[in-house]
Amino acid sequence: MIELSDVHKSFGSKDVLRGVNLTLPKGESMVIIGGSGTGKSVLLKCVLGLIQPDTGSIAVDGQDVTRLRQGSSERDAFLARFGMLFQGGALFDSLPVWQNVAFRLLRGSLKRPKSEAREVAIEKLRRVGLTPDVADLFPAELSGGMQKRVGLARAIAAEPEIIFFDEPTTGLDPIMSGVINELIREIVVEMGATAMTITHDMSSVRAIADDVAMLHGGVIQWSGPVKDMDASGDPYVTQFISGSADGPIETVR
Amino acid sequence: MSFLATIGRTVLGFLAAIGSVTLFAMETVSHLFRPPYYPREFGHALLQIGYFSLPVVGLTTIFTGGALALQIYAGGARFSAEAVVPQIVAIGMVRELGPVLVGLMIAARVTSSIAAEIATMKVTEQIDALTTLSTNPMKYLTLPRVLAATLVMPVLVGVGDVIGIMGGYLVGVERLGFNASTYLRNTVDFLEFLDIVTSLAKGAVFGFLAALMGCYFGMRSGRGAQGVGRATKGAVVAASVLILAANFILTELFFAA
Repeated sequence: MIELSDVHKSFGSKDVLRGVNLTLPKGESMVIIGGSGTGKSVLLKCVLGLIQPDTGSIAVDGQDVTRLRQGSSERDAFLARFGMLFQGGALFDSLPVWQNVAFRLLRGSLKRPKSEAREVAIEKLRRVGLTPDVADLFPAELSGGMQKRVGLARAIAAEPEIIFFDEPTTGLDPIMSGVINELIREIVVEMGATAMTITHDMSSVRAIADDVAMLHGGVIQWSGPVKDMDASGDPYVTQFISGSADGPIETVR
Repeated sequence: MSFLATIGRTVLGFLAAIGSVTLFAMETVSHLFRPPYYPREFGHALLQIGYFSLPVVGLTTIFTGGALALQIYAGGARFSAEAVVPQIVAIGMVRELGPVLVGLMIAARVTSSIAAEIATMKVTEQIDALTTLSTNPMKYLTLPRVLAATLVMPVLVGVGDVIGIMGGYLVGVERLGFNASTYLRNTVDFLEFLDIVTSLAKGAVFGFLAALMGCYFGMRSGRGAQGVGRATKGAVVAASVLILAANFILTELFFAA
């Protein structure tokens, strides 16, 4: 379970998060929606400790993760439970695909023999619909959709309990988006993992989410089960879903 | 008053930069004593910084050694001291030009590529990805490069010194009519052990600074292509200036006495 309470973060004079309260139950898939630049990525990075929140607490299974020191073994143990799919894939372009996928298994506390790590990598690649011959290519040789899938394979390679997806369908065509959404849903269900996805793609929301939370103005404007989203009665959510220019969300930002 | 504020801001900014570079350097060095280590990354850095820099080091120093021989000959002729060419070339190359030129070439070749690579990794979230994969970027990226540069630069400087002297020798013997064996004897006899030690020590310091600046500016890169460009430019300028400043300080330390 992930609990954020009263999380604040500002960059210079710009207040990005102004008191975010959010609870993500174990095994649920939560999608956070919101316009560009509303701080969705910042929120996610705060949980991972990539960005330190100014005030507020973030607890994962009761442990306050904002107190973990960089490089400490507690923090390593905490990160070992996570998998993250970055927006642009964030694959290491100096390493071939299989070493990207098996990155965690080739070094550190989860280290395994090379041949075994490669086998796991190929199995994970197959899981995301890629053939074994992709394994020895370099990330730059792959299309955007394939890079996303490799990123997904890397995120799930070490069987994480919690997976974060940062805009998993951005920059993909509608069909590839559908494929990625379906994969995410399957993987989350099959692994029983807790998932947090940030997106502004409504088709992703409907495909992936158990629960939806809308981030606007630095706070969670609305949250609830995905089935209640259409009848939320919240003007922000309604405007966001319909993609209308008229409503409380300013179009000039 | 605004002019005073500008001075104040500049001074404070400068002091803050010194502080953050110092902290960055200390953190880098501290990882030397704290596992895990990444030997593969270290080996790769040795190859990239050391082996692949050899051509550029050789070309830079051979031409400089040759030009130095011509200049000393022309200058020396004004007071009938043409014969000092071998000694001056050897001492000039080893004590000063070898380390400085190799240092600057490394700043151009290695610092820029480290800064651009790490900055691109930062911009494309690869640095964040490393962290989420329980890998400390300072251990995985910075330490191997800084350590490799510090260890391999003395070797490069040594090679540069030798090739520079060879450049002077070729010009001296082929163009200025020196006797080959006399030239070599004069080179060897007048060069002291301390000259060579300080030459290599300078190399180590310059290598440390060059790689450190590349990593520092890369890790602090701003967003987008412009951010990468700025990081690279800043790294090369800072590395070059620091190398020249450190050269002065080291020369003062070694030779003032």
